[in-house]
Amino acid sequence: MMKKSRRSFLKVAGIAAIGLGASPAMNFASSDSDGTALAVKGKNEQALTAHRWGMVIDTNKITEEIAGKITEVCHKTHNVPDFKHDVDPEKFPKTRPVNHKQEIKWIWEEEFHYAFPEKEDEYLAEKFHDLPFLVTCNHCKNAPCVQACPTQATFKREDGIVIMDFHRCIGCRFCMAACPYGSRSFNFRDPRPFIAETHPDFPTRSKGVVEKCNLCAEQLAKGELPHCVQVSEGAIVVGDLEDPESDIRILLKEHYTIRRNQSLGTEPSVYYIV
Amino acid sequence: MLEIAIKGSKNYWSWIIFLLLVMGAGFIVYVDQFLNGLMITGMSRDVSWGFYIANFTFLVGVAAGGVMVVIPYYLHNYEKFHRITILGEFLAVAALVMCLLFIIVDLGQPTRALNVLLYPSPKSMLFYDMLVLNGYLFLNIVIGWKVLEAERNQVEPPFWTKPLIYLSIPFAIGIHTVTAYLYCGLPGRGYWLTAILAPRFLASAFAAGPAFLIILCYLIRKFTKFDPGWEAMQTLAKIVCWAIIANLFFFLCEVFTVYYSNIPGHKAHLTYLLFGYHGYNALVPWMWTGLILMFTGAIFLVIPQLRNNKTLLPFTCAMIFFGAWIDKGLGMISGGFVPSPLHHVTEYAPTKPEIMITLAVYATGFLVLTILYKLATQVKEEVRG
Repeated sequence: MMKKSRRSFLKVAGIAAIGLGASPAMNFASSDSDGTALAVKGKNEQALTAHRWGMVIDTNKITEEIAGKITEVCHKTHNVPDFKHDVDPEKFPKTRPVNHKQEIKWIWEEEFHYAFPEKEDEYLAEKFHDLPFLVTCNHCKNAPCVQACPTQATFKREDGIVIMDFHRCIGCRFCMAACPYGSRSFNFRDPRPFIAETHPDFPTRSKGVVEKCNLCAEQLAKGELPHCVQVSEGAIVVGDLEDPESDIRILLKEHYTIRRNQSLGTEPSVYYIV
Repeated sequence: MLEIAIKGSKNYWSWIIFLLLVMGAGFIVYVDQFLNGLMITGMSRDVSWGFYIANFTFLVGVAAGGVMVVIPYYLHNYEKFHRITILGEFLAVAALVMCLLFIIVDLGQPTRALNVLLYPSPKSMLFYDMLVLNGYLFLNIVIGWKVLEAERNQVEPPFWTKPLIYLSIPFAIGIHTVTAYLYCGLPGRGYWLTAILAPRFLASAFAAGPAFLIILCYLIRKFTKFDPGWEAMQTLAKIVCWAIIANLFFFLCEVFTVYYSNIPGHKAHLTYLLFGYHGYNALVPWMWTGLILMFTGAIFLVIPQLRNNKTLLPFTCAMIFFGAWIDKGLGMISGGFVPSPLHHVTEYAPTKPEIMITLAVYATGFLVLTILYKLATQVKEEVRG
């Protein structure tokens, strides 16, 4: 009796799940007559798309305050743990002390000579000494991390975004050794006790996997700009590097820009106006 | 044949129990790491590989070093190595078992390890490393076992072992070459980004592997009735001698290139290791110890009177073994990560739990080695007696 009812429950649940999964796609297919429906199944029509996503950071517009806001919104919306956060002892008893060297960050401030160590100069223009340089994943055209990953948990999307499957990552950290920009972090421990408020729109990670900036792929899919762009007061622009008419290409045409460690041939997609 | 392993003296069993205790203690620590993550290690965002991968790299070398007895015996019919070839092969098996264990304990998600097979990624060097390491392990188990069994039954080994033996030679070179390729193909890590890394790895492997084999020969002479033969050990010592000199030469080539070209990204790492960088110098005493051990060992082996000295030789070999361990273990891994690509300096030292797990992996390797050597020596005693 027990067994039977369980089986029939599973059956119903399974059919329901198929129905739920298929209905949006089917609606979409029916509204589309030229037969391309299958290829774009499940894609939001409002989604922001590009042939190759890129980012321009105008360092003249970035103040300490803006940089702080950017880091905060990025880390909050992506459930990036903050090791300075006081752990709730009731929810997470026996949480061990943190090692700040094992911290996780997606976007953060660096001084010029760390962000651009190959451009170190004794007589560097003074203003560069105080400017906060925001660094993050460069979504390289020739990404060494993608090449190094033994499971394709890190992969490159057709639109140029270098992104991760947290559930496939085995935590070998080969990508961290491969990344010449230090853009990757490893979950040396369960990050959840250090997330003040879990953001429901993005998954939390488990211990033992690597993570990094995903150019807010989840935002782009909804047709919204990345969080960092939204709070940057115009200092960060994202757009299609392969579209000559895009905002980002116009910015690149009008300003002198630099990229981090270009000599390595990784072709970073993040440009800095200096 | 395996029944030989369960009949042993009191000494044998005490040693086995000791190894099992170390394994047990390490396993308990590993359970903690499994449940709580790699936070229990000294690794960090900047130094994302540590003691586990350092020992892995070194032991791949020890495994590859086994080929230094296989080549003279099977390719040049050097009869003196007849007695110790099996020792080289079984040493490779034990070393590879440790290598694979070190990879497993280093993984953040060990239960997902098979993803490497589920999603084969031919662009990743780790994919090839997995292939050659497992291939070489398989070859050595099959070859060692079949050849020993044939010896016990006093028949010729099966004909198909010959091609496998020849195949194992490129595999031995392959495991260490691919392991070097893990490192030397990464842009932005100046210390590793050098074409001489694979040759240097092989040179230090051909020194450390045979050096350890000589020490093992001494132990076998002490604890069993089987004599590997002084002449074979002497030949091994000569191999160690030239290999360690080659390793030091390659290292000096590296030092010249780095300092004469004066490129900061490459220079910073060696400077950190040899003299300290921006006031950080935790590894400086280690590095110099390693270099002095290797240099002194090389000198002791070049001078015939010292090399032929039966009391000195095991100590010389131990010096070279530990020198190579420092050079290729901690020095190679930490040296590559410090300073970071952003030129931040984060130093690394293994924690106590990390060391305990490492010791347990070594204990597992020694358990495999003890059992295999017990089989080999007993069979050889039987056949002779």
